Amino acid sequence: MGNPRVLVVDDEAQIRKFLRISLGANGYEVTEAATAAAGIAMVRAAPPDLLILDLGLPDMDGQEVITAVRETSDLPIIVLSVRSLEFDKVEALDRGANDYVVKPFGVAELMARVRVVLRPRGAKDAADVVESGGVRIDLARRVVTRDGDELHLSRKEWDLLAVLAGQADHVLTHRFILKEVWGPAHTDDTAYLRVYVNQLRQKLETDPARPTLIVTDPGVGYRLKRGE
Amino acid sequence: MTEENRPSPDALLAEARREGRGRLKIFLGAAPGVGKTYSMLETAHERLRESVDVVAGVVETHGRRETEALLTGLELLPPREVEYRGHHFREMDLDALLARRPKVALVDELAHTNVPGSRHVKRWQDVEEVLAAGIDVYATLNIQHLESLNDVVEQISGVKVRETLPDSVLSRADEIELIDLPPEDLIKRLHEGKVYVPEQARRAVHNFFSPGNLTALREMALRHAAERVDAQMVDYMRAHAIAGPWPARERIMVCIDERVDAGRLVRVTKRAADRRGAAWVAVTVETAQTLSLDEAEKDRIADAMRLAIQLGGEATTLQGDDVVAAVLAHARERNATQIVVGRARRTGWLGWLGKSVTDRLVEHGGDFNILVVGGEDEDKPHAPAFSARKAAVPTDWLGLAFAVVATALATGLGFVIDIWLPVASISVAYLLAVMVVAINAGLRPAILASVASFFSFNFFFTEPRLTFAVSDTQNVLTLIFFLIAAVIVSNMASRLRTQIQATRESARRSTNLYDFGRKVTAAATLDDVLWAVVHHVANTIQGRSLVLMPGENGLSIAAGYPPEDELDDKSAAAADWAWSHGKPAGRGSATLPAALWLFLPLKTGRGAVGVIGVQMMEDADLPAPEQMRLLETLADQAAVAIERTTLVSDIEAARVATERERLRSALLSSLSHDLRTPLVSIMGAASSLISYDHALDTSSRADLAQTIQDEAERLNRFVQNLLDMTRLGSGALKPRVDWADLRDIVGAAVGRTARLARSHSIKVEIAADMPLLCVDAVLLEQVFFNLLDNACKYAPAGTTVKVWARRTRQHIAIEVVDQGPGIPAEDREKVFDMFYRVDQTDAQTAGTGLGLAICRGIVEAHGGTISAEPGLHGAGTCILIHLPLPPDLDLGAASGEG
Repeated sequence: MGNPRVLVVDDEAQIRKFLRISLGANGYEVTEAATAAAGIAMVRAAPPDLLILDLGLPDMDGQEVITAVRETSDLPIIVLSVRSLEFDKVEALDRGANDYVVKPFGVAELMARVRVVLRPRGAKDAADVVESGGVRIDLARRVVTRDGDELHLSRKEWDLLAVLAGQADHVLTHRFILKEVWGPAHTDDTAYLRVYVNQLRQKLETDPARPTLIVTDPGVGYRLKRGE
Repeated sequence: MTEENRPSPDALLAEARREGRGRLKIFLGAAPGVGKTYSMLETAHERLRESVDVVAGVVETHGRRETEALLTGLELLPPREVEYRGHHFREMDLDALLARRPKVALVDELAHTNVPGSRHVKRWQDVEEVLAAGIDVYATLNIQHLESLNDVVEQISGVKVRETLPDSVLSRADEIELIDLPPEDLIKRLHEGKVYVPEQARRAVHNFFSPGNLTALREMALRHAAERVDAQMVDYMRAHAIAGPWPARERIMVCIDERVDAGRLVRVTKRAADRRGAAWVAVTVETAQTLSLDEAEKDRIADAMRLAIQLGGEATTLQGDDVVAAVLAHARERNATQIVVGRARRTGWLGWLGKSVTDRLVEHGGDFNILVVGGEDEDKPHAPAFSARKAAVPTDWLGLAFAVVATALATGLGFVIDIWLPVASISVAYLLAVMVVAINAGLRPAILASVASFFSFNFFFTEPRLTFAVSDTQNVLTLIFFLIAAVIVSNMASRLRTQIQATRESARRSTNLYDFGRKVTAAATLDDVLWAVVHHVANTIQGRSLVLMPGENGLSIAAGYPPEDELDDKSAAAADWAWSHGKPAGRGSATLPAALWLFLPLKTGRGAVGVIGVQMMEDADLPAPEQMRLLETLADQAAVAIERTTLVSDIEAARVATERERLRSALLSSLSHDLRTPLVSIMGAASSLISYDHALDTSSRADLAQTIQDEAERLNRFVQNLLDMTRLGSGALKPRVDWADLRDIVGAAVGRTARLARSHSIKVEIAADMPLLCVDAVLLEQVFFNLLDNACKYAPAGTTVKVWARRTRQHIAIEVVDQGPGIPAEDREKVFDMFYRVDQTDAQTAGTGLGLAICRGIVEAHGGTISAEPGLHGAGTCILIHLPLPPDLDLGAASGEG
């Protein structure tokens, strides 16, 4: 198996250039497209392992590109954009993007996100156990321990934690979490979510006021951080 | 059941209720020829493709080729041949259809009447049987065949439809598909011969296919479909009934007369119309009698009509002798569906002479729904706004003197007649006098003349003469008959006089209103409208007039004729009261009658827009009641006209605000995009160098460093542009002109551009006779740099950008032409606006949105012009700059000095 292949779709040549250099330096094989149409065509012809996508493209909005790609493929997508409003982030994530990086950004941050979304997907099933700090979440056995002590969680608390841990290190939008845990009728009841996240933090976090396990992405959603 | 035809829960319930029964789908059309059969066959083919067993029970193609083509591939049930009175008819073979048992049967023309001798009289009854057998039926139907609409259709179109079917058939249908075609298209199809028309009905049918009829039928079909489909559709209809022109909308008409509860009738009508989403109109009929109504009664009619306008209705005054005939004629003309009238009142001795208007309306208005509203007085007869109107009619001394003189003359004439003729003939002379008085001076003097004549006749001519005693029975009778005749003649003649006067007045009033309407409509601005209003009102009342409108410090005079600057305190208070209460105030009214001016509010449906003040030339005078009514109408019209102009300026203000907002957000998005894009590259490249220095080869490192430099320069240019623009905007950027060679300027700009745009070739062609220019070389270089930068940004790589400069008779012309995508014609002017870009999102080659605005600013500062044109052969963009010709360079003087 060769190096992971990354497709960069951005209309700015300068941005493509430094992405190509820094991704190449990290051992990824980079292909580029300057337009949405070219990007979609390349995904269809030879799906890469990761798509890095700019939202402001000359021929089509990047959001549409996400939808178009998702029709045929579930490859990981990281969105890059100058649009920093929660609205845009949530839309991109809801459309199926895996992560969202606001421009301008440091290359190191992008590389970290790239590593997360490229983590072998098989590992998710194998990794029934998610560990972070002193917390150990055993998804198969439905057991959570902190520093070796088993914690008692209510059913909803467990469901919520399981959803977050199931896609550890990924931003999950409010809507997505609500749909998974409470069902499609409650996708707008973010109050539920805040209450239960708070309860989970009380039980799991060392300092619930400064969470390190379940971190908030303001206006977008939550992310369960796995220990590096 | 297909995906798109998902049944409603109700439909599912109904389905459960008649399990085993076939489903009926009706293709409903507004008129023949809209394409029902065609749609039915198309749907049939869709079913066939889904391998549903479809059989055509009966399909009438009427020889239409497109329809016939659709029959291929369909199983056609052979028709049953029936002979009736020597003619052969082809009917649907019901038994064969039932025996064949398809899943779906197609049955055209649901309202068809079967030939006598068939099992059922009507085809829809055949269909009932087919449905009962569990076979689904697709059928077609024209809306005019519905029983309940039969009479309406006849009334609208004048065509009696004989083939009808009960509404219950349509309401039992499981599905209705409305086949809609705009009337114009249908008429076009008719003219193209695409609509089947039986020979014998050709003329009737052509009457039937008038746009009005078709629109009405179409609406009925839509309505029925909507009623059947669901509430949502009804809402949709409502929304459209309000928004769009629906010529066949229901229209309710209310008849207004001088009755006390006329206002109530208007309100009842308004409520009824609102409930049904109908249009409504208030009508009053001016007859000879109404013209002689007393002032209070005339006021009531005028008030009711104005109320109708205020409540959003329409008000029409009809002329005519016969109220009922006039009302009905108008109702037919306006397609009214309902007429509202008040209950008949006891009308005194005339009441038993003839039937009341209401009764006759009910009797003759057979084709309308007539709603008779009970006469309970909801609103009491309100106190008239102007006490002056109640003032007694002043005694007409001149008229009375005229009566006396006329009687005396008749007496003189009597003496002459007495010589030759019998005494009874003298009465003719007196009658003549009474008539002349009645026509010229009115009723009271005429009565006086009658009585005076009676006594003169008695005194001078009956035996015994010179006494009031009468000896002869014959003379007694003569006297009595004379008196009766005189009273009747004076009555009739004076009525004639009133009518003539009233007609004249009415004509004057119409002309006046018409004039006013014309003047006001022609006025475009608020000031023009106000001036037209005050001028016209002052002329009408033969006095002064002014309009006050609300400003920051309360009401102030907006216009006056003759011009007026200040109001006395009392009048100002009256104006304020009229404004805040929406009622008349000031001289002659119930409120502050001592003020010098009379004020009327200028009211529109949305509230008052101001007040209008009037003052007669003689301070003590008041406008006559008739003038007062006219004034009120003028005030209404003026209010609407003023509102119209303020609305226009409101819209303009809103547009400017929107535009400003648009500019602001364009500026923000431009800043965020154009500032950030270079930053992204700089940060990305810098952080790559820091984080992965060890993993990078030399050329990659150099590349990243180059990126940082290039992008920093780009950022710098953007900031420079921003600064330039600010300076241009504030007028701080003044060209410092000096003699310069255009070749140097363009060359410098090309040199700067070339470093950025290596992928484009730039060709410069400057005419040999190009003189030295008197310009600011630095600023002009910026212009060319911006233009070339733009061209390279938008034109595809590998193309050529050309700069071509020449001298013409009037100016220096410079063109910068690229082979890019070009600028759409409608944007060519706007691209020079600040922060305007053809596309406003960030999905855009990074551009400042400032470059062209700066170019324009600089070029214009040099007294030149800049514009965008299509490029060579219409492709690409050509930016054309015209600079003024430089002054003649006096080299001789320069060298002489040097």
